[in-house]
Amino acid sequence: MTTIVTDVLVIGGGLAGERTAIEAASRGLRCIILSLVPPKRSHSSAAQGGMQAAMGNMAESQGDSPDVHFEDTVKGADWGNEQDVARKFVTLAPIAIRQMSYWGVPWNRVVAGPRTLPDGRVIEEAKEKEGLIAARNFGGTKKWRACYCSDGTGHSLLYAMDNVAVELGIEVHDRVEAVALIHGGERCFGAVVRDLRTGELRSYIAPATVIATGGYGRIYGLSTNAVINEGTGMIIAQDTGVVPLGNMEAVQFHPTGVVPGDILVTEGCRGDGGYLLDKNEHRFMVDYEPAKKELASRDVVSRRMVYHMRQGYGIDTPYGPHLWLDIRHLGKEHIETNLRDVAEICRDFLGVDPVHQLIPVRPTQHYSMGGVRTDSEGRAYGLKGLYAAGEASCWDLHGFNRLGGNSLAETIVMGMVVGETVAKDRAGTDFTFQERCAIDTQKQVEERIRKLLRGGGKEYVFDLRNRVSDILMEKVAVFRNGKDLEKAVEELQEVYERAQNLGLRSNGLGPNPEMASALRMPGMVRVALTIAYGALQRTESRGSHYREDYAHRDDVNWLKRTLATWQPGAKLPTLNYEPVKITELPPGERGYGEAQGQAPQAQAAQKEAIHG
Amino acid sequence: MARTLHFSIFRHNPYDPQSVPRMQSYTLDETPRATLFTTLNRIREEQDPSLQFDFVCRAAICGSCAMLVNGRPLLACKTRTEELPETITMHPLPFFRLVGDLSVDTGSWFGEMEQRVESWVHQQHSFDPNGLEERMSNDKALEIYELERCIECGCCLAACGVALMRPDFLGAAGMLRVARYLADPRDHRSEAQVLEVLAPDSAVSGCVGFLACDDFCPKNLPLEEQWAFARRWLLAHGALSDNRPTPQRIG
Ligand SMILES: Cc1cc2nc3c(=O)[nH]c(=O)nc-3n(C[C@H](O)[C@H](O)[C@H](O)COP(=O)(O)OP(=O)(O)OC[C@H]3O[C@@H](n4cnc5c(N)ncnc54)[C@H](O)[C@@H]3O)c2cc1C
Ligand code: FES
Repeated sequence: MTTIVTDVLVIGGGLAGERTAIEAASRGLRCIILSLVPPKRSHSSAAQGGMQAAMGNMAESQGDSPDVHFEDTVKGADWGNEQDVARKFVTLAPIAIRQMSYWGVPWNRVVAGPRTLPDGRVIEEAKEKEGLIAARNFGGTKKWRACYCSDGTGHSLLYAMDNVAVELGIEVHDRVEAVALIHGGERCFGAVVRDLRTGELRSYIAPATVIATGGYGRIYGLSTNAVINEGTGMIIAQDTGVVPLGNMEAVQFHPTGVVPGDILVTEGCRGDGGYLLDKNEHRFMVDYEPAKKELASRDVVSRRMVYHMRQGYGIDTPYGPHLWLDIRHLGKEHIETNLRDVAEICRDFLGVDPVHQLIPVRPTQHYSMGGVRTDSEGRAYGLKGLYAAGEASCWDLHGFNRLGGNSLAETIVMGMVVGETVAKDRAGTDFTFQERCAIDTQKQVEERIRKLLRGGGKEYVFDLRNRVSDILMEKVAVFRNGKDLEKAVEELQEVYERAQNLGLRSNGLGPNPEMASALRMPGMVRVALTIAYGALQRTESRGSHYREDYAHRDDVNWLKRTLATWQPGAKLPTLNYEPVKITELPPGERGYGEAQGQAPQAQAAQKEAIHG
Repeated sequence: MARTLHFSIFRHNPYDPQSVPRMQSYTLDETPRATLFTTLNRIREEQDPSLQFDFVCRAAICGSCAMLVNGRPLLACKTRTEELPETITMHPLPFFRLVGDLSVDTGSWFGEMEQRVESWVHQQHSFDPNGLEERMSNDKALEIYELERCIECGCCLAACGVALMRPDFLGAAGMLRVARYLADPRDHRSEAQVLEVLAPDSAVSGCVGFLACDDFCPKNLPLEEQWAFARRWLLAHGALSDNRPTPQRIG
């Protein structure tokens, strides 16, 4: 048995994992980063839009401050988030932006002088701000606050971050997968890791283990996430039986992922006047939302699209049904300049020329608000020595809806915080490690592998994966109701049974991809069940969680967070709840103008929350 | 009419004692708007779950999926089957160590390159969390961004005749990384360090100017221009003699 010992084991080499490691390393701890892929290929590189921080350098961001950013974040979250976390976050975000600049990120800068916005307004950028970090507009925010690098914000951030990790000599072990946490019921001791090049197992022992494994989007087959975002970090946390996942039912969708490939095309298309058409090339949003049409909020548009496809108006393809996005009438010049990225995606990946042709789109899973529940300093609930950061975590900045641009900022700010926490917790404490735990955990994983290699059962991993994806997309996506959710839970439980009976069709040796998928599969079904069951129990609508049968936010009964653990041998997660921490801003209207008002009883709750 | 596509794919699993390097055939009906990402995944799911390849972003952003398709290095995720003939041959990228089938280990090579060129900003002062950011013109920011768009896919090295003959070659990717820091006013590395990295035969002096790197770069990075810039920089610092011409596109 190969064993590697370190001070801090960071599982995940995206922005959150690397920032955590950098903070801990610069405080004198030895860190090892594990990643499924070379770190710079992590999903973080794909974020294009921007990173929110109240820098206030633009004409359209005058008057911006951490306070305004705080308010936008809490409203976005539909009051489902932790306000002390949000406060800490908005305060640190500008420092994070400047530090990334110091580390080499070429943020776009303010150019002084007048300019004309797409809507015809003329604004004047101030002379004294010339050369400071610029920002662009993003949905759901009062001020222009999204700092950006052309069309590659995530790429530039991740490369700069990785450079710092290289400079500090932080060890990176890539093409490996953490497959189980080593723990003794109260304390985490590290992880058992499978080398994806060779298939070998190793144990990593560390007083501090950080889960920074990103979102679980790919459990929903159709997702804008990278294909490696399969929720493995949440799986190994939940596998311990003692670490809860928070608010897993909070899942964000994006109305326009292209078909096939699910690559996101920006909301700018609709913002600039694009239409959505059905199979008869009819502009159906006019029927559903006569006032706002395509400009209704992200959630509303997604719901209408799904409803319309269910009525049989989608275009059928081998990849399932879709609708059309039509931007032809915006004209060649507008498309080639203001929507250049969209035009490139269409041409490169679809062979569609959006100047003359329709773009195939459908609502697609986009962001995981839920994750490994931690306190406001990043310590996971349930096990000492375990931490989480980034999209994999739920210190709960986002509540039931993440604001665009807040997640990049979260990865970096939380990395700073968690790296510091790890160093603080480590100082002056002894680490005694129970070797038995590592041996036992590794043996259990070995046994799972042996069973699959011996031939195992009859079930084919890709069949099960597609089944999970279909159930979630159909019944646990933008429209939810009690009947469908019950059915989804039942069907997922069947899949879970079948997942105990997986067999391989290939030999499973070395870097064999079927083996890697088969090892993940049961955990993926558990996560799917956690999402579906949490959604079934939550009899209200909040943020992205929309129940047709409970269309209102219910602050009397549901101003609380779902905590889901999975007991060994159980068929369903155990759900507990904890109150949401409201320190500054009592629940109120989000002001998004969607037809999702509050139930009357909520007003009473608001009063309570102010006083309580 | 939907075409039937015939694939011939390089197969070898170094961790399977029975495995021998070989070409394997697969046949598949073409679906509309398919890319090699959707297609290879269909082959894996429907015909052969052992087939290895690497995709992460499937949007030409992460650089994971470079391979040789009908002999040319390219990003598979950005290649539509429509653009290809009915018979499609696929090999892993040369130059990098094989992981298995179409998967190669680019990460280790790029990690070593980054150590070699010291791929980080060499700052002279420490970060002040209470200060304002250093000002920079937007044009400068855009210039730096343009030079750091490389996604480390490895196509430039796989296409390069010099790299195939000398494994220690810095390649276009390494040269471009140095150029990125030379363009950055925040970077204060010493000239001696740059000379040491760029001057030897394993770097700029070794480039013979075929510029296949420039032809095959899937991000259309300005590699031809940057090789010329690197040569001029070395000339200006007395590290190249004038009698070797700046590379011109040959053929
Ligand atoms: C298309 C798209 C566009 C986006 N645009 C924006 C934007 O403009 N602004 C914004 O703020 N946010 C954006 N987001 C969201 C944002 O990109 C992510 O939330 C963020 O990058 C997540 O970073 P992370 O470090 O938490 O995880 P990731 O970057 O996903 O990294 C996860 C890491 O964990 C590793 N890993 C996973 N499992 C294991 C395991 N078991 N063992 C070892 N390693 C493992 C992976 O290899 C990877 O290195 C966007 C998201 C999408 C899908
Ligand atoms: S999969 Fe990321 S570049 Fe092709």
